[in-house]
Amino acid sequence: MSEFLQETWAQLVRWLIHLQRERFSLTFALVSPIVFLVFFGGAFSQMAQASLRGESYRTFILPGIVALTVFGGSLSGGIELLFDKENGTLTRILAAPISRASILVSRFLYVNLVSSIQVCIIVALALLLGARIATGIPGLLVLIAMGLLLGFALTVISLMLAFVLTNHGEFFAILSFLTLPLAFLSSAFVPLDKMPAWMAVCARLNPMTYAVNGMRTLVLSGWDWGYLAKMALALMVFDTLCLLLGVSTLRRRIG
Amino acid sequence: MESVSIRTRGLVKKYGDVTALNGVDLEVHEGETFGLLGPNGAGKTTTVKILITLAQPEAGSAQVGGVDILREPARARRLFGYVPQELTADRALTARENLRWFAGMYHLDRSTREHRVRELLDLVDLAEAADRPVRTYSGGMKKKLDLACGLIHDPKILFLDEPSLGLDVKVRADLWRYVLGLKQRGVTVFLCTNYMDEADRLCDRVAVIDRGRIAVAGTPDELRAALGGDVITLETPPEASGTLAGLAQALSTLPFVKETLADGSRLSVYVEANETALPRVLEQASARGTTIQRIAYSRPGLDEVFLKYTGHRIDEEAQRV
Ligand SMILES: Nc1ncnc2c1ncn2[C@@H]1O[C@H](COP(=O)(O)OP(=O)(O)OP(=O)(O)O)[C@@H](O)[C@H]1O
Ligand SMILES: [Mg+2]
Repeated sequence: MSEFLQETWAQLVRWLIHLQRERFSLTFALVSPIVFLVFFGGAFSQMAQASLRGESYRTFILPGIVALTVFGGSLSGGIELLFDKENGTLTRILAAPISRASILVSRFLYVNLVSSIQVCIIVALALLLGARIATGIPGLLVLIAMGLLLGFALTVISLMLAFVLTNHGEFFAILSFLTLPLAFLSSAFVPLDKMPAWMAVCARLNPMTYAVNGMRTLVLSGWDWGYLAKMALALMVFDTLCLLLGVSTLRRRIG
Repeated sequence: MESVSIRTRGLVKKYGDVTALNGVDLEVHEGETFGLLGPNGAGKTTTVKILITLAQPEAGSAQVGGVDILREPARARRLFGYVPQELTADRALTARENLRWFAGMYHLDRSTREHRVRELLDLVDLAEAADRPVRTYSGGMKKKLDLACGLIHDPKILFLDEPSLGLDVKVRADLWRYVLGLKQRGVTVFLCTNYMDEADRLCDRVAVIDRGRIAVAGTPDELRAALGGDVITLETPPEASGTLAGLAQALSTLPFVKETLADGSRLSVYVEANETALPRVLEQASARGTTIQRIAYSRPGLDEVFLKYTGHRIDEEAQRV
């Protein structure tokens, strides 16, 4: 056990050094959520005012933007493992006497840590721009937890892709193929009851919807524990499915 | 009787239709530097991948440091260090950070770690550059760092896959010096290379691998002795290469010629060590009107060993890639 902690920590430190040296790419990952928040949140507020019971559109889309940020960060989180694979570093890591799980756990912790930091930055900015969280600071913590429940599954998918694919071209192709439909066929921008029926069906199958709806209750209405639990449960089912799929895939790949 | 450090029996590895290894038997003694010598695509890296437990052979067995690597891969991984053919250090990290990362993966405790990191940075002459990101390093420095990472846990067995590929003469000489130092400290080194001089200089014993099979194994001297005597290599202009076969035939009838081997526009004539051999061969050539562009008389090197046991030259294979 202590060996597992040590090897996981050593690998996590490696990623943290990357984080520290490559601040640019992280800042960059925040650009598009911030643009959404600042400009679209403002631009559409007139139009949305009528249908959204008087809340500002900015408050309304905050959960969607948070979910999208987590989504982007988590789903691309496996890419560094793919780079390691492409240049032979992974072979080297695998030749070390480490548990295979430590490779995934360290990367997983890192990706979710970064997501949490990004969520905090976005929420702070939204508060500065006048958005209000109905449940206050405790609500913010639950909101981050909701984000992580979504991120968990997506990170597993991403790590799995890194092991299955052979080059990062394929990886990016799959990423861009997934991003748009998952973003728009969810409740991130439009509430479920304002969607055409076919779209609502798709959105209900999309885990992003559950994360967004859960966060939205926290931001807009307050502590609705029953509803929050339902949303969290849906996300956990999705997490478990991804984890099972991930573990069986990786078993076959790296023994 | 020296004890065996690495042993393989009948290793077979296929990648789809390609048979990368076709029954590889090897025996490496404890403390020796062992060279696996072969051209591109011969199966050197594949052999190493199996020995470091990252590839599964279709058939055969292997032990590393007394551990059956197919049954207990996790235990075997503690015993060896591995330096791959490619440059693999993390470019965003400094040399020191790279070494600490490996120290963590090899479970060194904190005080051993710092001590070992300093020792290795000194060993590979990177102490001054230790706190600069690796992306600012030259290829040679990166290679040295890779070697240091492979030595972090002071392994008794080290796998080195083509260490001097693409390096300049100076760095190559440095790496050779480090490898000779390892031998002095009793480390078993398994070295893949396609440079004859490297194998000749560093290795106690050599196995020649060609198309997934071991063609011959022994000490460099044994292999040379098996060729017997010396070798005269002569070369005609390409357009005259047709005349070589006739010349080879004529030469084989001379009493001191043991064997001839034609290879394109080159002819190797194995002779008993004999002062008069060279003039007599030249005499024959001019009597037959064969134009000679170049001629050399040499004690055979591993180059000739390779040619004799595989039927082709190592550099020709390399150029094909
Ligand atoms: N992952 C793979 N998939 C398919 N074929 C492979 C794979 N790895 C190796 N091979 C094939 O197996 C054969 C042996 O390759 P290997 O890498 O062991 O050669 P090598 O002796 O290390 O050559 P080099 O000097 O170029 O490094 C080659 O024909 C190669 O194309
Ligand atoms: Mg190779």
